Amino acid sequence: MAEIRVEHLRKAFGEFVAVQDSSFTVEDGEFLALLGPSGCGKTTTLRMIAGLELPTGGAIRLAGEDVTYKRASERDIAFVFQLFALYPHMNVRKNIGFPLLAQGVPKAEIKARVEETARLLQIDHILDRPVSGLAGGDRQRVALGRAIVRRPMCFLMDEPLGTLDAEFREVMVRELRELHNRIHATTVYVTHDQIEAMAMADKIAVMNHGVIEQFGTPQEIYDRPASMYVADFIGSPPMNFIRFSAGLPKGARAAHIGTAEVEMPELRRDVAPGELALGVRPEHVRFSDASPLRGAIYGSEYLGTNQIVTVEIEGGLVRARLPAEHSYAIGEPVGLTFKSERLSLFDAGSGRVIPSVLHEGALRQEARHG
Amino acid sequence: MSPAKTTTVNTAHSVVEPSSRSKRIAATLVIVYALVTMLPLVWIFLTSIKSPPDSISYPPKILFTPSIEGYCNLFTTRTRQTPEYIASLPAPDGVCDAVTRQRNMVIAGPSNFLPRFTNSLIIAFGSTFLAVGLGTLAAYGFSRFKVPLADDLLFFILSTRMMPPIAVAIPIYLMYRQLGLSDTALGMMLLYTAVNVSLAVWLLKGFIDEIPREYEEAAMIDGYSRLQAFRKVVLPQATTGIAATAIFCLIFAWNEYAFASLLTSGSAQTAPPFIPTIIGEGGQDWPAVAAGTTIFLVPILVFTILLRKQLLRGITFGAVRK
Repeated sequence: MAEIRVEHLRKAFGEFVAVQDSSFTVEDGEFLALLGPSGCGKTTTLRMIAGLELPTGGAIRLAGEDVTYKRASERDIAFVFQLFALYPHMNVRKNIGFPLLAQGVPKAEIKARVEETARLLQIDHILDRPVSGLAGGDRQRVALGRAIVRRPMCFLMDEPLGTLDAEFREVMVRELRELHNRIHATTVYVTHDQIEAMAMADKIAVMNHGVIEQFGTPQEIYDRPASMYVADFIGSPPMNFIRFSAGLPKGARAAHIGTAEVEMPELRRDVAPGELALGVRPEHVRFSDASPLRGAIYGSEYLGTNQIVTVEIEGGLVRARLPAEHSYAIGEPVGLTFKSERLSLFDAGSGRVIPSVLHEGALRQEARHG
Repeated sequence: MSPAKTTTVNTAHSVVEPSSRSKRIAATLVIVYALVTMLPLVWIFLTSIKSPPDSISYPPKILFTPSIEGYCNLFTTRTRQTPEYIASLPAPDGVCDAVTRQRNMVIAGPSNFLPRFTNSLIIAFGSTFLAVGLGTLAAYGFSRFKVPLADDLLFFILSTRMMPPIAVAIPIYLMYRQLGLSDTALGMMLLYTAVNVSLAVWLLKGFIDEIPREYEEAAMIDGYSRLQAFRKVVLPQATTGIAATAIFCLIFAWNEYAFASLLTSGSAQTAPPFIPTIIGEGGQDWPAVAAGTTIFLVPILVFTILLRKQLLRGITFGAVRK
C-alpha cells in the first residue's frame, strides 16, 4: 500500500480543459472519493492516476515514485471499471487470476490466491462459471476480486456501483467499506453519488469544471462547505442560500437581512459591501413565532420520520427539515430562527465562503493538504 | 387514439410467437428459394457423374447410369490408340484405366488439375490469411488510436473497391511483368490481398469498434502490454468477426477468374482459369469440367458450413449484440 500524491495535475483535450491544476494527497490506507457531476473531470483524474490517460501537465507520485508518464502496466495499481470489464471469454477463476498470470506467478500459487480472494468476497462457489451469466452483484465482486488478488499499491474505482439497483447498492456500499477496513488499501473512488461518498470515504474531493472545489473529510465538507457549489451539491435537500447585500467588518457576529438581525459565527476578515449569501442547512432551521425573520409556508414534503417544509421569505425560498408530527397550511405565516453557530457566509459573486470561527479547524486541514 | 390503434402499435413492437400459418408460408418460401439456388449445383454434380454422351444428349437425361469417367478424365491426360494396340496391353490397372480403354484411349499421365487446385488452395488461403491479418491490425489501429486523417484514409481504402479490379488489369499485367511477379503464386497472393484488405479493414473495424476499450484497459492495468492485451483480450473476442471476414476474403480469392486468367498461365495457374480448358478437343468432355467444378466447390462449402454462424453474424454485422 502507498500514498498517492497528485501535483498540479492538468489535462486538456484540445481546447477543452478537463482537469486544471489539481493537487491532493491520498494518504496510505485512506479511502478518497472524487465526487462531482458528470463531466467535472473526476474520471479523467482517475484515469491519469491509472495511466490510461497521459496528463498535459503536473505530476503523479505513487509511494514517492514519479509515475506521471509510466504505462498503466508498469504502475502497481488495480482499477475497477464502471461496467466491470470482466473478460467475457474467461470464467470467473481465469478473470481473477489474469493479473497474476501477467506477473508470472506459478500456477499453484495463482490457484491458491484466487481461491483465497474468492473466499474473502464470498464468490468461491461461482469460480468455474462463465462471467456472462452472473448477476450484477457477483460481477461486481469478481471485478473486485481481480483487483485485490494482486495486492496492488492502490485501488482505483470508477463508479463501480453505478449500474446496480438502489437496494443492492446499499449492500455493496457496506461491503466495500468493510473490505476497505479489512485490507486497508489506498483507494480512490469516483462517484457522482454523495451518499456513496459520504458513507464510504475518509476524505472527499468535490470537483466541478475540472477544479477541486474542496478537499476534506465528509464532515468538513458537509458542515463547512468551502463554496456555494459544494454547499449546494452536498446534502439533500441542499443548503439554503439567503441572499442579501451588506458590508461587514472583521469580528462581526450578526448580519441584517431585511429588518431582522441574524446571528452567525464571528467573521475572521472584513467583507467589502456587496452581494452575500447566508448558507443554512435545512436541519438548522426552526420555526419561532417570536422571530423577526418572517415568511409564509410555501409547501411541504412528508418523509416519514421528518418533513421538508418550504417557506417563502423576502430573499427567496428556505427549506426546513422539521419533525413530521405538525402539519402546516399553505400560506400560514411563520417566523424563522437558525442554529447560528452552524451558519456559513458566502461571497455571492465568487461563490467562496467567508472565513469565520466555524472554519478554524477546517482551514488548518486545508493548509496541510496544500 | 382509439383503443384499436393502440393494440396494433403494441403488437408491432412486441415479440409474438409467429402464427403457424405465417410459419408455413415462410418455410415454403425458404424451400422454394433453396431449390432454385441448389438446382445449378445439383446439375453440375449430376453432370460430373454422367458419361460424355449422356452429358450432351438432348433432351437432357434425368435418369442415367452413373459413370466416373468425368473424374477419370479430370485427373489424367489420355492418348488415342488403335483398338489392336489396346487389345495388346496387359489387363487394365484400376477402374479409370478400364473406362479409358473403352473409349479407345490409354492414360498417358496425370493431368494438371491437381497442381492447379493446389495453387488455388495456396493462393486463396495465403491471401486470405494476409488480408485478414493486415486488416485486423489496421482495423484495430483505426478503431483505437487517433490516426491523422483517419476518415480520409478509410475512405481511400474503401475507394480501392469502387472500380472493378479488372479495370486496372493491364497496368498490373505490365507491372507484374517488370517485377517478375507474373505467373507466380506470390504475385497472385499479393494481388488478392490488396483487393481484399480494404474489405477486411472495413468489416473488422466494425467488429472491433463493438469491443469495449475497457477490456484492453483492464488488461493493461492487469500488467499486460498493449500487444499482449490485443492478443489475449481483443483477438479472442474478435474471432467471430475475423471468421466472417476470412470467409468473405476466401470466397473472392477462391473464385477470382479474370486476373487469374490474365496473369497466370503455367506454374501458378489457379483452378478457375484451368477448369474450362479441360473441355478438350471436340468440346465434349463436360463431365470432366463438371467434376472439376464439383471438387472446386468442396473447400469453400466445407469452410462455409464450419463457419456458418459467424458468417450470418458477419452479414448482419453490428445489428446483433450479445
